[in-house]
Amino acid sequence: MNMEEQMEQRLWDYIDGLGSPDEVSAVAALIAANLEWQRKYKELLQAHQLMAGAELEAPSMRFTKNVMEEIARYQVAPATKTYINNNIIRSIGVFFLLMIGGMLIYFLGQLQGGNGDSAPSPMSQYSQTLQNNLNKFNWGKIFSSTYMNIFMMINVILALVLIDMYLQRKRKEHSHH
Amino acid sequence: MTNTGLTDKEVISRILLGEPALFSLLVERYQNYVFTLVLRFTDSREDAEEISQDIFVKSFRSLADFRGESKFSTWLYTIVRTSCITFLRKKKLDTTSIDNERTLIQLENHESGFKANTIEQKSRYAMVNEAIRLLSPDDAQVITLFYQGEQSLEEIGRIMGLEPNTVKVKLHRARHRLKEKMEKYFSVEVSELQGD
Repeated sequence: MNMEEQMEQRLWDYIDGLGSPDEVSAVAALIAANLEWQRKYKELLQAHQLMAGAELEAPSMRFTKNVMEEIARYQVAPATKTYINNNIIRSIGVFFLLMIGGMLIYFLGQLQGGNGDSAPSPMSQYSQTLQNNLNKFNWGKIFSSTYMNIFMMINVILALVLIDMYLQRKRKEHSHH
Repeated sequence: MTNTGLTDKEVISRILLGEPALFSLLVERYQNYVFTLVLRFTDSREDAEEISQDIFVKSFRSLADFRGESKFSTWLYTIVRTSCITFLRKKKLDTTSIDNERTLIQLENHESGFKANTIEQKSRYAMVNEAIRLLSPDDAQVITLFYQGEQSLEEIGRIMGLEPNTVKVKLHRARHRLKEKMEKYFSVEVSELQGD
């Protein structure tokens, strides 16, 4: 920031009444003593007064009437906090934390108990054990099980319900207009 | 401001208690502010009126969410900003192209105005308004909120999702750019003003 910009910044703060009392009196003294500061202050103050007095634009005469006709179709919606239950959000958070924690404990337990005496580096030992465990794991057993089919079925039903709700809401909005 | 003796918060409480007709008081109080702010984002008065109407409908519907922690105007201007940004996204216009386009249109109008009739003097404040419209929507919005919207730096920060210090810097830069525009495109009026 050059000298002129600094001077402008300090003068704008002075005009806006933003500086500390010390800064305000310092700038006031500079304006009183220095012609350059005086000239700049006058220029900025003029710009400030112009901006403060700039006219507001007005919409058409019927604007209020139009808005009131439009809102007559609606009601004030209930406050967000009344239908978002914080306990439910907290419960979901706790559920996920427990899931992640449980999985971590399970995997760490597997890593510690899986390998024995030969590997020198702990990192390579862990990755080797993890690889072995993953290889041993029978994924086909899960993906072909009845539980998996039930789970997928529930997901499909939930998706259909959500699509139905979305389409109904769309239709309602459309009928409003 | 409409002279009813009721503060914004009192009006809102009564609307929430079942007097929706009182919402017209808020519309009358803030329609010019909202309309001016929206015009900082679009050059079309028709679009601005439609967006402003939509803003008031949205604010009516979510009035129960106004907790009274800030001024009603600050809360309303937050809706103005998000609605205008959504409008710009929908129109797939970027702010730079608007700025350039707007500068060209305004300049053409200004020059043709001078050619057609130099006797008709624009009011000083109308000139400032024209110069503000030459700025980018962001700069124009900061200046409008600070000067016409009577919002503090903290309140502008809340509306724009920025720290008050960042708003201060933005305001300073916006004023600097406004001054440049005025000196560049309204040099005659500015020198007249300085001669006063």
